[in-house]
Amino acid sequence: MKILYSLLFFVTTFLVSAVTPAKGYAPGDKATDFKLKSVDGKMYSMADYKDAKGFIVVFTCNHCPFAKKYENRINDLAKKYKTKGYILLAINPNDPTEQPEDSFDLMKVRAKEKGFVFPYLFDDGQKIYPQYGATKTPHVFLLDKNKIVKYIGAIDDNVDDANAVKEKYLENAIAALESGKSPSPETTKAIGCSIKMKR
Amino acid sequence: MKYLYCTFLLLLFSNQIHAQKVVVYDSYSKLETAVLNDKNTTYVVNFWATWCAPCVKELPYFEKLNAENKSVKVVLVSLDFKNQFESKLLPFLERKAIESEVVLLTDKSYNTWLPLVDKKWSGSIPATLIIKNGKRVFAERTFSTYDELNEYVNKIIN
Repeated sequence: MKILYSLLFFVTTFLVSAVTPAKGYAPGDKATDFKLKSVDGKMYSMADYKDAKGFIVVFTCNHCPFAKKYENRINDLAKKYKTKGYILLAINPNDPTEQPEDSFDLMKVRAKEKGFVFPYLFDDGQKIYPQYGATKTPHVFLLDKNKIVKYIGAIDDNVDDANAVKEKYLENAIAALESGKSPSPETTKAIGCSIKMKR
Repeated sequence: MKYLYCTFLLLLFSNQIHAQKVVVYDSYSKLETAVLNDKNTTYVVNFWATWCAPCVKELPYFEKLNAENKSVKVVLVSLDFKNQFESKLLPFLERKAIESEVVLLTDKSYNTWLPLVDKKWSGSIPATLIIKNGKRVFAERTFSTYDELNEYVNKIIN
């Protein structure tokens, strides 16, 4: 009996570890939905948006200088694409005990200061960002209406100066989606602040 | 008096070794050719920035590694913003009395140069690259103690 138990334990452990995605999403994968609290106190899920043509999931935060440089651009993108049916959802993945500036209360303050027009969600318990494979802020995942990942990476190619941008990666990817094509490139790289994990 | 004089000399000397000359590179390839070019040297290349809190936290471990582990040379590649070179980076280096070689990399073509460091690098920092005899080991991670860093480096280079 004891042996049976240990065997059962072994098999379940193996199964659990086998189904846990370790590396996050690649283009073509189906992304998980979430139910996370926004700075307005309400819970948000992608499932709430029945008519959405797609979702722009941005992992971002308060403290990171790279994320700060993109705040206005993220807000503009949210406004611009909401009317086109693409919903921007920002998620703060950081653990506030590691990075106090990224607490839920300070998220509220920041959202008010900057006049965020999008839900600014808190990945409470850090369950969502590892599934997506977000490693830094800002880190963007563009999903189609079926939550299939279409683009992963940076918003554009110039963090310092929005006016000097040459390649609007995210907007180009949305345009590709609109015309029924695959974005090119499907992934881009950029420097960012590593996500602060709970120790 | 003699003691005072020695102290003075020491101060002068230490000032000299603390004075950082930071070369700015606008391309990673140029940096690698110019700085990481000696085949007989084992390099521990740390990518960091003054705005990156976990990077700043582990910087003393890299400083200690550079001073104590004679088989490696530490190169600190700063990814600070170009317009904060004089206002932030240089005062930081002076304040912390950083003695390892520091270079500023302002290469914006991330899609080109990040894969040159390592194909799997998503771009988060801190990140550390070790180069020994053409062998390259990259890790997108932090080190929470000096011993952790030193053991990690020794395992790779020995």
